[in-house]
Amino acid sequence: MVIKRILATLFVTLWSVFVLLPLLWALVTSFKPPEAVNFGATYLPFVEFTPNLDGWSAIFGGGGATTNLVPPLFNSVAITFGAAAISLVLGTVTSYGLSRFRYKAGFIKNQDIVFFFISQRIMPPIVLSFPFFLMLRNLGLLDTRSGLILVSIAGLLPIVVWLMVDFFNGIPKELDEMAMLEGYSPFEVFGRVILPLMAPGLTVAGMFAVIFGWNDFFYPLVLTFGQIVTLPVAIVSLNATITPYWTLSAAAIFAILPLIAFAFAIERFLSKGSLSGAVR
Amino acid sequence: MLEARNLSVAVDDETFLDDISFTAEPGRIYVLMGRTGAGKTSLMRAIGGLLPLDQGSLHFEGEDITHMPVWKRDAAMVYQQFINYPNKTVRENIEFPLKKAGLKGAELSARVEDYLAKVGLTEFAKRKPSQLSGGQQQRVALARSLARHTRILMLDEPLMNLDFKLREQLREEFLGLFSGESDVVTLYATTEITEAMMLGYELIVMHEGRILQSGAPAEVFEQPKNIQVAQIVNDPPMTVIDGRISDRHLVFASGYKIPTPPHLVALGDGSYQFGIRANDIRPVSAGGESGSIGFVEVSGSETVVYLMAESGELVLLLEGIHDYEAGQSLRADIDPDRVFAFDKGGDLLIAPGMKVA
Repeated sequence: MVIKRILATLFVTLWSVFVLLPLLWALVTSFKPPEAVNFGATYLPFVEFTPNLDGWSAIFGGGGATTNLVPPLFNSVAITFGAAAISLVLGTVTSYGLSRFRYKAGFIKNQDIVFFFISQRIMPPIVLSFPFFLMLRNLGLLDTRSGLILVSIAGLLPIVVWLMVDFFNGIPKELDEMAMLEGYSPFEVFGRVILPLMAPGLTVAGMFAVIFGWNDFFYPLVLTFGQIVTLPVAIVSLNATITPYWTLSAAAIFAILPLIAFAFAIERFLSKGSLSGAVR
Repeated sequence: MLEARNLSVAVDDETFLDDISFTAEPGRIYVLMGRTGAGKTSLMRAIGGLLPLDQGSLHFEGEDITHMPVWKRDAAMVYQQFINYPNKTVRENIEFPLKKAGLKGAELSARVEDYLAKVGLTEFAKRKPSQLSGGQQQRVALARSLARHTRILMLDEPLMNLDFKLREQLREEFLGLFSGESDVVTLYATTEITEAMMLGYELIVMHEGRILQSGAPAEVFEQPKNIQVAQIVNDPPMTVIDGRISDRHLVFASGYKIPTPPHLVALGDGSYQFGIRANDIRPVSAGGESGSIGFVEVSGSETVVYLMAESGELVLLLEGIHDYEAGQSLRADIDPDRVFAFDKGGDLLIAPGMKVA
């Protein structure tokens, strides 16, 4: 028992180091002057190099830099969270339907519909880029946040549906039936009985949707022309003839801060809505 | 009064209910009995509106409820799997349907307290279902269903997943709990004759989606309409063996014969099927049917012996624990006064104690 605990602690410690080390490296690098990056490896601030804020200043347009990452940050937040929220709403009702009702059109059944959704993700983005371009152009949504939200939903909805169907399947149908027998209409059952139990599912699907949406680079690159710039596109544009690792490191840390805050905010919902005691 | 007329349901060529008709009065417990897959749950689900009917109609107090939505039927159901809202406490579980029914304030609290006390869960009111034992979880489900005072109450094998002791205890409590529900039609599904005899005003025996027989539990038990009903209401199963009546004797397939008992004298000579309950067959040292033991089952304070005799399989129910072993030879004799006679088609001709016109 004791050995098991020691091994578990050791594993968790090693894993944490493995995960945190690159972040620490980026954080340290973001405070380095160019010579501390370019002339041999340095690790310890104040010992091996004198930290400065040039890298951080550059991403906010300081020190003569032409890029300011704050507007792209707002664009990314609006597009990612907007698309994730809409995908979550649409995906939740879709997957509830797929979990609770039987659909049949010829040989196509529920499982095939779920696969149809996730198969949208199998296609490389470049295949869809031209149809998306034409679609957004016809809608007058090229180079707009709304256009990118629309395209992002097309990519996030399959993930949400695919994840949520399994979560809904884990809630016994008898719970819906019982609530209906107790006087609740199907919509009330969904909203007042099933959704509160879906907190872990919504959290997981929400996390995936936000992470996928946040990191999307290709569509914001090809479907915009400078009016709307998202964070990944803006960070890549920081690269110049000489790669400014200190600035890129600061930008990387800056770009993941919203995700970290989001993860901390919703982490507590993962443990809510345990199904134990629903059916025995 | 609940009136079901010609209810039929089939899904993908599988028949769930086949022309079911019966009436049930408020204040009585109607026991649906049958093996797994007999259609008991399907019938309850159809009455609750959870299983759409292909044919037939449902009326309650003269009102046609056939197409009434589930949430307007005023019916409650207790499932065999103890279903509760896992994210709510025991108190909130009972409150949830009552709030929907419009109860609030002091009336709501009083009703909840009343039923918490009735099912003995007052001290567990703040716990979540997962923090309760199986029996307690089932009591929560029961309290939630009873507290609403619905017009139709359905209990689908509510004791199925409980241990023996708890089953005994809750079975006795049920009588007390249901006795106050004089304006409720109660349907109770079970596979156990003990429960049916103890609780039922009327026993409805089902098989493959059909009603085979209905009537007072004792009447159905003593005079099963046919071999199928006899097999369903007897546990261990009734022994049924081929034989004939000839020259004032019952002659079994093996050639073993006993004098025709008085209650079967009215039957003429001919071929029949004879049914004998497991507790009416006894081991003997001489005479009787001989055979070898196929299987021995010891349950509680009883031993069930499956004897492969020449006339067929005889099932013996013996009081106490006996150390019989499979393969061992055994002779068994039949109590002639307890023999049921069925025709070759399986329909009952004469049962012990039955008056023959």
